[in-house]
Amino acid sequence: MNHSLVTIADHSREKIEYLIRMAQEFELHPNRLLLQGKVVATLFFEPSTRTRLSFETAANRLGARVIGFADPKVTSGTKGETLKDTIMMVSNYADVIVMRHHLEGAALYASEISPVPIINAGDGANQHPSQTMLDLYTIYQTQGTLDNLNIYLVGDLKYGRTVHSLLTAMRHFNPTFHFIAPDELAMPKQYKTYCHEHGIKYVEHKDFDADVIADADILYMTRVQRERFTDLMEYERVKDRYLLKLDMLQKARPNMRILHPLPRVNEIEYAIDDNPHAYYFQQARNGLFARQALICDTLGITLEQIKNDTTIL
Amino acid sequence: MKREQLIVSALDHGTVLDHIPCDRLFEVINLLHLDQMSSKVTIGFNLKSNKMGTKSIIKIADRFFTDEEMNQLSIVAPNVTLAVIRDYEVVEKRQVCLPKDLRGLIRCNNPKCITNNEPMATLFHVTDKQNGIVRCHYCNHEQQIKDVKLV
Repeated sequence: MNHSLVTIADHSREKIEYLIRMAQEFELHPNRLLLQGKVVATLFFEPSTRTRLSFETAANRLGARVIGFADPKVTSGTKGETLKDTIMMVSNYADVIVMRHHLEGAALYASEISPVPIINAGDGANQHPSQTMLDLYTIYQTQGTLDNLNIYLVGDLKYGRTVHSLLTAMRHFNPTFHFIAPDELAMPKQYKTYCHEHGIKYVEHKDFDADVIADADILYMTRVQRERFTDLMEYERVKDRYLLKLDMLQKARPNMRILHPLPRVNEIEYAIDDNPHAYYFQQARNGLFARQALICDTLGITLEQIKNDTTIL
Repeated sequence: MKREQLIVSALDHGTVLDHIPCDRLFEVINLLHLDQMSSKVTIGFNLKSNKMGTKSIIKIADRFFTDEEMNQLSIVAPNVTLAVIRDYEVVEKRQVCLPKDLRGLIRCNNPKCITNNEPMATLFHVTDKQNGIVRCHYCNHEQQIKDVKLV
């Protein structure tokens, strides 16, 4: 059994807190030679520039070397090679494989056949654990705790896998969720059932204004994508209803922070970028520390070793 | 007195499958490859049943089934009862039931699931036996067992 990371849905509270402490160490000192002599492979069967850059930066800043591909068009996959064959081949070269795939379950399957650990960098609509980890780290960083928070999820709650993963990962921390979405993109029943089963409180809203978000600790915005709508009239009608405007922040709590997995299109008014509540760019930066922690954890490097690390540059 | 029952010669060795839903009979026949058998097979279709209204029944001479074959059967006809007969005696009677896991038996309904795009065995976990709901081990999609196709 290797240390592959396919999902963090099954992680315990202790494991999540452990990884957060690890990420804190990397935020303090991101440049080290902890992974000197190691090779990290990044296999992007589906292009994703920001996730790939974040993982490759994480590996590079720890002294590892990186091999891989950014675009599936250049691989043998297009010649009909199976995922298994690609993974078996690359596992001969690398110590850990970071992979992104458009098919759901691809990372779990790869982890079952690969002799080296796999890190899931997103498998279709299924899981994206490094995004969830950086979200958790950012929430912890801005609030000083993960416990008892009011978390508002806004926009596409139907297809947005980041909000689903966040919801599952937060179950250990007694959150109150608020779902703000148009009918077409409402939180699926499956996840509301999950909330009931795990005693997670939630409130649903149709409106999105200063009063609704006044009690928020975290305002998690997502992109409402045009292609998600069967009825384009409906899209035109709702697209601006879930736009966060500067004047909506008047009643916000001082500790409230706005997060967004990025890329943003028009969900957050650009005037908000300089507001102290805006935190999405720092959130993206945290992706580096969260991914450094995840790579080290999959390679069996412990928090203790990181704390006593003598390779800090 | 006239008996309102079907008279079928008794089986000396073999298996009797009872309580097959009539709309599933032909699927059961296909699944067990009964059309390719050389021994005696008796099939009763649209028989009266107190429990089910109508039912079907299959008697197969000189053939015994493994647990794996029976598990397969549970996918198309979950409430079938099975009697194993040796020397005209019922030596074993059991209810076919959905196992905890279904390996390599059914296909995932999600076209974007890795199992539909890679030469590999599927795996499902039965999450709700009562309502026949299974979850794909790989893509996590939950689906009704009556909607899935056999491999």
